[in-house]
Amino acid sequence: MSDARFIVIGGGVVGAAISYGLARLGHPVTMIDGADDAFRASRANFGLVWVQSKGLGKPDYAAWSRRSAALYEDFRAELEDESGVDCAYHRPGGVTLALSDDELEEQVAILGQIRGEAPAGEFEFEVVERAQLDNMLPGLGPEVVGATYSAHDGETNSLFLLHALHGAFQRRGGAYVQGHHVTGIEAAAGGGYAVSTADGTVHTGDRVVVAAGLGNQELAARVGLEVPVRPVQGQVIVTERADPLLSMPTLNVKQTREGTFMLGASQAEVDYDITTDAAVLKRIAARNLRAFPFLSDLRVVRSWAGLRVMTPDGFPIYDQSPSHPGIFIATGHSGVTTAAAHAYVLADYFSKGEIGAELAGLSSARFHVQA
Amino acid sequence: MFRRRAAPAATVTVRLDGEAVAAAAGDSVAAVLLAAGADYRRHGVGGAARAPFCMIGNCHDCLVEVDGVANRQGCLVTVAEGMRIRRMRGKPVLAT
Repeated sequence: MSDARFIVIGGGVVGAAISYGLARLGHPVTMIDGADDAFRASRANFGLVWVQSKGLGKPDYAAWSRRSAALYEDFRAELEDESGVDCAYHRPGGVTLALSDDELEEQVAILGQIRGEAPAGEFEFEVVERAQLDNMLPGLGPEVVGATYSAHDGETNSLFLLHALHGAFQRRGGAYVQGHHVTGIEAAAGGGYAVSTADGTVHTGDRVVVAAGLGNQELAARVGLEVPVRPVQGQVIVTERADPLLSMPTLNVKQTREGTFMLGASQAEVDYDITTDAAVLKRIAARNLRAFPFLSDLRVVRSWAGLRVMTPDGFPIYDQSPSHPGIFIATGHSGVTTAAAHAYVLADYFSKGEIGAELAGLSSARFHVQA
Repeated sequence: MFRRRAAPAATVTVRLDGEAVAAAAGDSVAAVLLAAGADYRRHGVGGAARAPFCMIGNCHDCLVEVDGVANRQGCLVTVAEGMRIRRMRGKPVLAT
């Protein structure tokens, strides 16, 4: 029923993509966003739309990432049409550089296994020798031995993406409520659900989507879902602008359309800490200078830390509450890559009231203790 | 647009886009460019004409190439004899 009223908790790239998708199907939607100082992976991430290394041992997730990447160009065009914001998505393919033969061997083994787990012909990658790589990327350092390349990969500007989603959502008539901390979800007296916020406001709807990033664990527990998410910190360095050199993203270095270079990536379990750390930034810079020595001519203009929303196995969780039917959960890392699938496919499942079988392997049941 | 209020006590010669230009000792690079006339620089994104606002190191609109290093803040660099100054027309091109 496209007249079902949805309350979406979370206004990051996951919540906004789902909200936009639901509004696009004709649902009345209220998207409740947190305060400006909430931990926001959407505003800290690297902006890759990345497939090649995703879903090892979890072919459903690998397929989901590919499906989203395949939808992305239409998604970008539609968002630009509706919001006037160009999110700078393009899909030239992407490379993961190897700085040693061992690294290359390990990458090739992982991608080979992902290919083996996928239906024939659905995931392809190439092993690129150094000589060939020099024709694809300029200025590589002497330690770069080769790379893996996948045509599925691309990049976007994730800040523009978030802005475009919010604009398109509101243009479709969606209601956006900002600066509210959700404190309760309960069955409403007349049917449906009541979502209350810290300032005492109550929003009622027929269905609820919980897409509050690191806030999901607590909210999901209230409706009988186990959603174990934890913060994994990543730090990013941005340089001053230079003329375009990199025509495609690499896993840890990309050049934005405006000319800055973004350098990543670190992973640290430091709880809710978004302070940068000189030792970590130094490691990020050192590693990426080995890949692209010319970066040493550029000054750093910014660095930051953000918190990934990580599940125990690293894959997202999509589920419906067994005790509260009509309450859905969507959470996990890689909300930028999966945004097109969230808007076009997941929103359709939520609209129909049932999550499709393609996502069965991503329900929270996989974390239940085995009896 | 700008003119000096008094003749400089001492001068140095710099190269501005390859041409010899006399500057007052103690001038900032930004002041030399402003004294040399319009068209200070073009922005790296979009190519709009830009010039310094603040002259005290805050606005970053005085960016200029000095002795081969792009994006220096011209208002914070003091001229020196023989300094090579180039107006920036867009983003710097990196040597790979």
